[in-house]
This record gives sequence, structure tokens and C-alpha cells, in this order.
Amino acid sequence: MRFVPLAVAAALALTACTAGKEAGPPLGARPRPSGSASQPLPAATLELWHGFSTDAEVKAFEDAIKGFNQKFPQITVKAVKGVQDDQITQAIRGGNAPDVAASFTTDSVAQWCRSGSFQDLTPVIKQDGIDLSVLPEVARSYSSFEGRQCTLPLLADAYGLYYNKALMKGNAPPKTLSELTALAKKLTVRGADGTIKVAGFVPSAQYYENVPSHLAPLVGATWYNDDSTSAIGSDPAWKKLLTWQKELVDWYGYANLEKFRKSLGDEWSAKHPFYEGKVAMVLDGEWRNAMIGNEAKGLDYGTAPLPVADDRPDLYGSGFTAGTVIGVPKGAKHPQQAWELVKYLTTDTSSLVTLSNALRNVPTTRAAMDSPDLAEDANFKTFLDIFAHPKTSTIPASVNSVFNQEAMQTFMEKWEKGAVPDLDAGLKSVDKQINDKLKLTGG
Amino acid sequence: MASLADVWRRREGLRALVWLSPWLAGVAIFFIYPLLSTVYFSFHRYDMYTLEFAGLDNYRYLFQDPRVLTSAKNTLWLVVVLVPATVLFSLALAQLVVRLKAGAGLFRTIFYLPSLVPMAAGTITFVFLMNPSTGPWNQFLALFGIQGPDWFGDPAWSKPSLTLLSLWSCGQLVVIFLAALLDVPRHLYEAAAIDGAGPWRQFRSVTLPTLAPVLMFALVTNVIYALQYFTQAMIASRVASGSTDSPGSSFSPGYPDESLLTLPQWLFQVGFRDYSMGYACVLALLLFATSMIFTLILLRQFRRAEEAS
Repeated sequence: MRFVPLAVAAALALTACTAGKEAGPPLGARPRPSGSASQPLPAATLELWHGFSTDAEVKAFEDAIKGFNQKFPQITVKAVKGVQDDQITQAIRGGNAPDVAASFTTDSVAQWCRSGSFQDLTPVIKQDGIDLSVLPEVARSYSSFEGRQCTLPLLADAYGLYYNKALMKGNAPPKTLSELTALAKKLTVRGADGTIKVAGFVPSAQYYENVPSHLAPLVGATWYNDDSTSAIGSDPAWKKLLTWQKELVDWYGYANLEKFRKSLGDEWSAKHPFYEGKVAMVLDGEWRNAMIGNEAKGLDYGTAPLPVADDRPDLYGSGFTAGTVIGVPKGAKHPQQAWELVKYLTTDTSSLVTLSNALRNVPTTRAAMDSPDLAEDANFKTFLDIFAHPKTSTIPASVNSVFNQEAMQTFMEKWEKGAVPDLDAGLKSVDKQINDKLKLTGG
Repeated sequence: MASLADVWRRREGLRALVWLSPWLAGVAIFFIYPLLSTVYFSFHRYDMYTLEFAGLDNYRYLFQDPRVLTSAKNTLWLVVVLVPATVLFSLALAQLVVRLKAGAGLFRTIFYLPSLVPMAAGTITFVFLMNPSTGPWNQFLALFGIQGPDWFGDPAWSKPSLTLLSLWSCGQLVVIFLAALLDVPRHLYEAAAIDGAGPWRQFRSVTLPTLAPVLMFALVTNVIYALQYFTQAMIASRVASGSTDSPGSSFSPGYPDESLLTLPQWLFQVGFRDYSMGYACVLALLLFATSMIFTLILLRQFRRAEEAS
């Protein structure tokens, strides 16, 4: 009998532990309450995890949340900053999911959608009559997977060309890859011993933002076939991209270029070579505008779309895009309220404009992009146009996403240093790696 | 009816079990259960959310994955080169310090200090110091007309550079050898000297046999350490490549040219970056089996050497 109180205590303790983690009903399971939006929703405290970390970013995000609080005063939002994808994954798996989670990368979207660890928003999107055509097709493709819209785009990044006006010496930004090559050679300054003092353009795939995903749109290279297998070996655009890149690397000399690259300051510091006049043209995201404003005031620079393959002038004006996505994880305690917050942050024009103006990221809806309140200058507008361009592309969500990008990155590093004797065979080997891995992950 | 002796024996057995139970519980919870789980997950497709039986798919992929061979070769290089180099260098330093007439305390401190530096900080410092463009090490070599290589950026030099890092931070091993050397009875050296044995003969016939258990301990622990080599390789790769772990950034594991891709690093990449947990479990089992084989070989060699002496 003396074990009875112990058993009761244990049972109580277990109940207490689990009671706090009780998840709400999944989204779309209940019909939407009738009446005005703010009244029927009961009071709740939402936990929102996001990746913003600097003071300015966190403040901008909290300002956007304040707008939501005005609309739904009974809902309190507790925002947790600096959260990465793996933390979100672990929390969902451990049954401690936040009500709302935002991710800086689209790399996990496929896994989150496929496994159901982020709730499919399709039923509530339909219920609330939201027309997703307000989002560009490309933003829909990186926020959903296999028909499940388990996240929505919060803000987008677009990639273009930055050029230092003083170093350009009056030359117009290049529009084609051959123009880029010619201008890069013309603007490069070498020392007496051949070392690079100023590079016109650094073609190395190891240089900051020159990763394969950002370079692919220059030639319209595709990552996947329709059946999700790798298209890298069969799409001639990749070969075109790599051949162009290697030619310019060889002109600099790989060893020379590496020595120069390793002498440069950190990408995220005020010692960025573009600020310091060591590189005339760079591929970068729209967020660099805000960084230049903070770290290199007075830098005379311009922005333009990235140059494209000579035989693909139709691509000019497009570029790479991806962005922050936000959704309601499985196990959210207050999914209905969480959905209202997601809906507000991703579709409310004033919220998106507030965030975009503060963070200098691209807003994702057409209404926000057209808003007169959106702070636009010529350099930032370039990226709004790139994002809105019909040929702008992304890496569509894939369960293999990170692996594919890293396999290609590794291959490009080998290629540019001259360690790949046969480019066709090399690209086929990347295909094989990706396809084998795809089979392993059941993709 | 059981005799009194039987009961006593049974109780003895029970008592032994009770005394052993904390250890047994520890082994069961922290070793046997994880090991069995690893075997179980290795037959499944597991992405941290969904678990699906996959038969031998994960094992089959082991033979298709080119990075397994690359990472196994790199790990083997560390076992064959880094471990002996570190052990021999530490032994040499300990021999040197033990022979010092003055300032032994100072040198002991100097040699030990680097091992107090956190691994991550030490590795980052090394990569910065050996940066081919801005690092002082190559500038120092240039004073003698030597053009230093791209230490952590050239696949031919990246592992030797990590070996240098390991030699720099071998203080703990030096202290262990020092203690063992001081334990060798002085009179044995005196007797050997009287018999006409020179320094090399003294080392071979007096120092080495006495030192054998410590040497074996150093070898076994360092081989296991090399098989699990992760932090330094991962950090050196990241820092030398110049790519930060920011969202959306692509990083080629084992930079440069997969020369620093060790088996544990690939395991981490597969498990915690790609979330292919089932396959990561296969790699973990491979690593476990390799560690066991190396340890058994070393122990057998040690026993043979002991019997021979």
C-alpha cells in the first residue's frame, strides 16, 4: 500500500508534464468561427521563433508584430530571436514546437512539408479565401512541396550585380557573360609580380555569394528533371556556365586568384573588398544595400541585373531568389491564432512594407511591391524588378536540397582548380551522386 | 532442499549483482541501448520525423557513396601519420625536458600551455597564422627565401598542417611521458652505463620496456582520438574556405578538395545536415567496428611485446 501515494505522485507528475505540451487541433480541422476575425478567437500567448538576430532586425520584426497586436489585442506574441532550422526541427520532434516558426532558408521546406512537421496551410488558405496568385510563382515554389503549402514566404532575397562606379571608369554594367569577361579583364589591376591588386570580377565559386545556386540563373541552368532526378549532367547550360567561369579563372591564374581571395576581409564585416575598392563588380543580395548604408556610407556604387549567357538575352533582368518562410509547426498549441499571425505577416501590405523598409529585403506580395509607402531608391529597385521578373528562378524545394548544392559546390571547386579532366563525365558523376542520394532519402 | 552452501553462494552472486548494478545500468543505458538503437535505425529511412523500414538500402548506399572512401582514407592518414608523429614528438620532448639540468619547470609549462587553449580557438588561430596572403608564418618563411604553401587551402598540405597543430598542442601527452620517464629506476641506467651501454642502447633496453604500458596507452587513446577526429578538421575547413555557416551558404565538406573530410565529419554531415539518420547510423557502426579492430590489434601487439620481453 505504501507504493500507492508514490504511484499517484508519479501519475500526477507525468500528467503535469504532458498537459503543458498539449497541441491544438490541426489547422483546417475545425470550421472557421463566424463573425469578425478578432472576436471569436480566444486569448492566447503565441510563441514565435525566427532567425533575425541583430538589434535592428529584431526591432523591425517586433514593429511588424505590433501591427498584429492592434488587430488582435487578445493575442500576445512572444518572439524568440536567432533560431536556426535544426533547432526548429529538434523542437518539433521533441514535442516542444513553437506556435509559429520562421526560417531564413528554404532548404528544409521539402522535409517539413513532406513529413507534415509543418502543417499544410492549404485548407485555411482556402477557408479564408486568400488568393496565392498575389505571390510570384517562384515564391510559391520554394515555400511548398508536392502540393502542400506548409509555409508562406515572409520576405524574399534577390541577387544581382553591384558595381563600384569609381572602379568602373565610366563603363556600363555588363549585360552578357562575354561583356563581363571583357570588362573584368579590363578593370583588373595587377602588381609587378602578377599578383592581383584589384579584381574586375572574382569568378571563383568559392567567393562569398558566387555559390552554384546564385550562378545558375546566369545561364538558365536547371537543377532537376521533371521526375526530381538531377539535370546537372544533361542540361548543357551548366557546361556553358562552368566553361565560362574556368576561362576567366585561368586568365587570372587559379593560384593567383586564391591568394587574392584569401587576402580579403570577411563577407559580413566592414572590411568587405567591395567597400574597400578591391573588387569592381560583385554578385550579391539586395540586403547588401542596407549593409553598405551602415558600413560604407559614401560608397559610390550602382546595381544592375546579373549578366546572362550571350545566347540567352531573354534571361536579362532575372536572377536568383529565395527567402524567409514562415509556418505553423505540428504540435502548435494555438494553431488558429498562429495562422492569423502567419496570415498577417505574409499578406498584410503595411506589415510587409514596414519589414521591407526596415530590413531592406524584398516584400513578397505584388501589393506590397507596388505600395507607395515602400522606400525605393534606384539601387534597391533593381532587386524588386529582378524578383518580379518572370524568368527569375530558385532552387525548387527538394528533400535533398542541401546535399545537391554541396555536391555541386564541391565539384565546382575541383573544376576551377583544374582537377576535373573531363567536364561531361564530371557533371554526370554529380548527377549520379545526387540520384543515389535521392533514392536513399526516398525522394 | 538446497544446502546452506548453495544459498550462501546464490546470495553472494546476488550481492555481487547489486554491487555491480550501477555499472550495469550505466552500460545498459549509455552503451548497449544506443548501440542496439543504432543497429535498428540503420535498417530504416529516418529523417527525424518519419521512420520507414528500408532493408539493406542504407548499407548498399555505403558502397555507392564516394565520400566514404575519401573520408576513410583521410582518417587512415591521420591514424598512420598524425598519431605516430604526435606520440614520437611528445616522447622526444619529454626526454628533452627530463634531461634538463635547469629550467625544467619552465619548459614543462611552455610545452603544456598550448594544450590548455580550446581546440576551436587553437585551430582558428593556426589557420589565420598560416594564411598564405596575410598570415605571419609565410611572411616569416619568406625572410629565408622560402615561399610557404597555402597550408590549409592546398589538399597536399592541409593534413600535414593539422599534424603541426596536433604537435603544438601535445602538452598532455608530454606530461604523461614525463611522469613515466621519471618513474624509470635510476639504478637501471647506472647499471647499463657500467655495462657500457650508450644512450640509444639505454633507451632501447631500459627506457622503452618500462615505458611500454604508457606508450601503449598513448597509442590506443590517440588512435581512437584520430578515428573520431572532428573539431579541428571541421573548423579548419570552414575557416580556410572562408564560407560562414549562414543560411543559404554552400559549403563543401572537407575543404580543400575533401582532403579534411574525416569519417566522423561525414557522419555528422549526413546525419545532422541532411537528416539521413539511418545512413548516419551505418557510418557510426562502421566507425565503431573500425575502432574496435584497431584497438584489438594494438592490444594484441602489446601483449605479444610484453610476452616477448
